[in-house]
Amino acid sequence: MAEPALAVQLSGAVVAYPGRPRIGPLDLTIGTGEVVALVGASGAGKSTALRLMAGLERLDTGTVERPATDAGTGFVFQSPTLMPWANAVTNVALPLDLAGVSRDEARRRASDALTAVGLGERLTARPSQLSGGMAMRVSLARALVTDPDLLLLDEPFAALDSITRRGLIEDLHRVWHDRRAKVPVAIVFVTHDVEEAVYLAGRVVVLSATDGRVAADIATPGPLPRPDRWRLDPAYRQAVETVAEALEASMETRP
Amino acid sequence: MMRLRQTLAPLLLIALLLLVWEVACRMLAVPTYVLPPPSAVAVALIEHAPVLAASALQTFWMALQALIVAVVLGGGIAIAVSLSDAAERAVRPLAVTLQVTPIVAIAPLVLIWFGLDNAQGAVVALAAAVAFFPLFSGVLTGLKAADPDLERLFDLYRATRLQRLVRLRLPTAVPYALEGLRVAAGLAVIGAVVAEFVSGSGAAQGLAWRLLEAGNRLRTAELLAALACLAALGLMLNAVVTAFERAVLRHRR
Repeated sequence: MAEPALAVQLSGAVVAYPGRPRIGPLDLTIGTGEVVALVGASGAGKSTALRLMAGLERLDTGTVERPATDAGTGFVFQSPTLMPWANAVTNVALPLDLAGVSRDEARRRASDALTAVGLGERLTARPSQLSGGMAMRVSLARALVTDPDLLLLDEPFAALDSITRRGLIEDLHRVWHDRRAKVPVAIVFVTHDVEEAVYLAGRVVVLSATDGRVAADIATPGPLPRPDRWRLDPAYRQAVETVAEALEASMETRP
Repeated sequence: MMRLRQTLAPLLLIALLLLVWEVACRMLAVPTYVLPPPSAVAVALIEHAPVLAASALQTFWMALQALIVAVVLGGGIAIAVSLSDAAERAVRPLAVTLQVTPIVAIAPLVLIWFGLDNAQGAVVALAAAVAFFPLFSGVLTGLKAADPDLERLFDLYRATRLQRLVRLRLPTAVPYALEGLRVAAGLAVIGAVVAEFVSGSGAAQGLAWRLLEAGNRLRTAELLAALACLAALGLMLNAVVTAFERAVLRHRR
């Protein structure tokens, strides 16, 4: 099997802040077009690992290797993180504006990105006029507007109620795979929901509760994207079991 | 109906207080130089309306000039300082010193600097010094209040310093700056009056001079009339700032 092209690679990455337990050393390779879920106990450094991949965290030692591409990185935070004074299009166009793309083109591409997440009707809505689920979609559209080859999501569903959450997961699923058909985007998302991780990702990485090292790296069976009925498949149940056990084991090592 | 009752309630209370005041003055035969009844104050208001209006305008104008100076200096210095931690550490103690120094105490000095024949300039400068701090502090706090994740987003897309200032920090600072403006507007009027008291030469003929003049001659009704004008001026300025704040922040709520 040919080695897949590299999207991002952490090698011996350590993040240390005074007064907090250090995280790492973390070794993790994400190939182009992979969909990877990061799970682990709270405080295991999942968000830190994600920010490391985005180049938003200062490394103490180790390296973050990220092939130089024009495509760049998209990031979705736990909360929508929108600018409250700007409408949906302006929020989504921000990455393009900052990159110096012309105003008209930025607005056009932002409108397309919002249409792709099902918000074509709410282009001029302000964040305060949007529901939590819609605001998360705007945030997702903003992350995708630059056509990144690496998309990072930090618990994007954590703050939503279960119905909105289910709808957004289905949408994400569709958007991700539409996108992957065009550009081989690698997707890494943090979650604390094992079922969500197994259903969405081709690979689930469990981080150790004590220091954020990789405790387990589990490939989930079958090609992506999965149909909704895959949740009834014994192979799915089996994979959920495996990940849940690995997650439990990762917490037992806690002193 | 609710709204009407809400507007009516304070007006009724004021009317009631005025009535009690009027009746008490008449029944207890209080000398008018101690406390004239509201009717006498009303007469003084009408009698001296042209002079009072001119003085009120003068005070308003000086306070407004001071406010503009304070906005430009306070906002400008806050923006400059926000660009570097070292600059902020250097400037903050000075700004606090300016804030805690009683304006009355620096008034004689400022009067000398501006020249005794330019009391108006001194009054504006002193009022601006009082109004400076809430604006400086408000803008500086606001510039640093951006959502940390939004800051990270700007890091991710490699925003320049200018882009970060214009697209993120200034818009974040707007509500803080407006809160500062509201406080500063009130302080500018207080500052203008106090400064005029201290300059006390009659070279600046604002409402404070009317207060002093009436007080010195024991014309208490005139004094109260000037005081009423001053209160009205403060209320008006507050209403203007509030309306401005609402208009600017309409979209954010």
